[in-house]
Amino acid sequence: MDTLAFPRTHYLNAEYGLKSWLLTTDHKRIGLLFLGAISLFFILGGIFAGLIRLELLTPPGDLVSDDTYNKLFTMHGIVMVFMFLIPSIPAVMGNFFVPIMIGARDLAFPRLNLLSWYIFMTGGLFTLYAIVTGGVDTGWTFYTPFSTLSSHSNVMTAAIGIFIIGFSSILTGLNFIVTIHTMRAPGMTWFRMPLFLWAMYATSLINVLATPVLAITLAAVALERAFHMGIFDPAYGGDPVLFQHLFWFYSHPAVYIMILPAMGVVSEVIATFSRKSIFGYKFVAFSSLAIAVFGFLVWGHHMFVAGMSVYGAMIFSVLSFLVAVPSAVKVFNWTATLYKGSISYQTPMLYALGFIGLFTIGGLTGLFLASLGVDVHVTDTYFVVAHFHYIMVGGAIMGYLGGIHYWWPKITGRMYPDMWGRVAAVVTFVGFNLTFFPQFVLGYMGMPRRYHAYPPEFQALNVLSTAGASVMGIGYIIPVIYLLWSLKYGAIAGNNPWGAKGLEWEIPSPPPTFNFDKTPVVTEPAYAYETREK
Amino acid sequence: MHDDTTASPREPSLQHHFDDLGQQHEAATLGMWVFLATEVMFFGGLFAAYMLYRVWYPGTFGAASRTLDITLGAVNTMVLITSSLTMALAVHAAATDERRKLMAFLAATMVLGAVFLGIKGIEYHHKFVEHHIPGFGFQFEGPAPERANLFFSLYFAMTGLHALHMIIGLGIMTVMLIMAWRGRFSARWHTPIEISGLYWHFVDIVWIFLFPLLYLVDRHR
Repeated sequence: MDTLAFPRTHYLNAEYGLKSWLLTTDHKRIGLLFLGAISLFFILGGIFAGLIRLELLTPPGDLVSDDTYNKLFTMHGIVMVFMFLIPSIPAVMGNFFVPIMIGARDLAFPRLNLLSWYIFMTGGLFTLYAIVTGGVDTGWTFYTPFSTLSSHSNVMTAAIGIFIIGFSSILTGLNFIVTIHTMRAPGMTWFRMPLFLWAMYATSLINVLATPVLAITLAAVALERAFHMGIFDPAYGGDPVLFQHLFWFYSHPAVYIMILPAMGVVSEVIATFSRKSIFGYKFVAFSSLAIAVFGFLVWGHHMFVAGMSVYGAMIFSVLSFLVAVPSAVKVFNWTATLYKGSISYQTPMLYALGFIGLFTIGGLTGLFLASLGVDVHVTDTYFVVAHFHYIMVGGAIMGYLGGIHYWWPKITGRMYPDMWGRVAAVVTFVGFNLTFFPQFVLGYMGMPRRYHAYPPEFQALNVLSTAGASVMGIGYIIPVIYLLWSLKYGAIAGNNPWGAKGLEWEIPSPPPTFNFDKTPVVTEPAYAYETREK
Repeated sequence: MHDDTTASPREPSLQHHFDDLGQQHEAATLGMWVFLATEVMFFGGLFAAYMLYRVWYPGTFGAASRTLDITLGAVNTMVLITSSLTMALAVHAAATDERRKLMAFLAATMVLGAVFLGIKGIEYHHKFVEHHIPGFGFQFEGPAPERANLFFSLYFAMTGLHALHMIIGLGIMTVMLIMAWRGRFSARWHTPIEISGLYWHFVDIVWIFLFPLLYLVDRHR
């Protein structure tokens, strides 16, 4: 069924001109609009990271002032979390593939989808404005009372910008939930859906329920700064720790918004490049839901040293241990899928395998942090920084890049040179570990986070970390080059270059505007690869 | 099966990416319910803050609450509940192809909504005159004026957010009224009226929570 042809008409050339892109309701074009936007924001966030690592090459704070350094790590966090990671896979690959994977012609609400992009751009520009007119120095966590009473930076503008961006996530999540519930093709039962859709569904549940809490919390910060509401100000009877509760009630589920989609990508890639159905499909599907549910119950583990009772801390600690279980279920099931699979090591697979290793390390160190005694020692040190970068970069970004490389042929109709893809994946992997593993050691040895100066005995590891960051940066630049190159010179992909199962591989590359000529009827389960006789 | 890319001329209200009106209706309704869930979470943050501080400062919150006009608040509650009734009647009129009744009930809902906002405006004016608006020369006679500041901050944030949702609701009703006047709705398809009704009932329910929480604190004293 592999037609090795480039279709004459497809979603990219069906209409031409700026208006056809800026007023599109085609979910695939909107996915590309998001891809462009978040790629630019990723570069910006990366520049801030580069400056941070540059400063940390030497023990004294000699590159930038302490105030500037505060702004650098704040804006690195804000841009990377809100303007890159949270939208990334859902807004690009979710938008592109959720309708196709269920056999639909578009999402349930195409115009809302376009609105979501415009809201994202508006909020993004607001936040950019806050950045270029002086920046924010509160940390991406905006802790009170500093953010409400003392900070002289653009807290209000940034809070408004992020508030606006949040609605983009909410609308995307709403769209996915309704689409998956109401628009599945005949025969596409819940348990025949690819696991990427389960991941998108669970992510969307978190998106719609958690993001509004962030929105109202940031609005409260803005009102506090403008009108002195007193809600977080002890002088008025308010409690600054209330901010932390409200903030983390969103921001903990937010980290699952960032990782669940990457896990969905990994399920797809592992199945395709092992030519095997994902082991324990239902376990993996339900584990996504379990992560979403449990993720709402553990926010207090960010606040163990904020003065909570030991009993409250113990409860959050136990729950945090429990939330690791569904993630572990996924890792075990992927491993079992690999066992006796027919494995090939193309670029997407390298990213997926890298994800499994790095996410495991990141996840396990999360358990270190969930242990109360250990947490008191390592909280607010580089141990935490290393932990979440293993998950967010080693996990989420690897998943994102794996997805880009897996679906690039479908999106563009072109193949990229796989050798360069694998080189970049390995370079990124090596660079990543060189950057962040030393930070576990630094944190354990006591180097605090968010400081622009440190004692001289920490320098060697910091130099290693900065060197690693440079390698990682190269690893990120290489794909930009060959992916862009492939648009003009890459081999024609055809419908199904990977020989994969899934509705997206049954339509041309690039797909036609309305995806399917005829509504597909689904008769087999997901990943229905032929099993070999032993 | 779907082959063409434009809405069928026989079914102008069917969007091309849906198979039939039933699917489209199901999607629109589920979409509105999911949106209302997000609104619950949105208001929830303020409710959480209010609950915390009310438990911590029952005396001051009680004293501050007693300065609110319970009569106006109660009248507003009745006004809003009645507007939900007229909205439900509007949905029913749409379902029975009664265009004039639909328009009349939509207009009645809007009028009642405007009355609500008008009374709210009067209450806000009273608060302004009494110097009970935080940030605008706030004064409060009592042992802990700063905590009263906290109460009124939450009062204005919560009722203000509610009023904003009502204003948006009035905008939505205006669009619905115009569409109804143009004869867009029928017994066969009146989904926008239904989901606007859902939204309006939600706004009503938020007020049902706000009124006792804000106005009826320790009124027996």
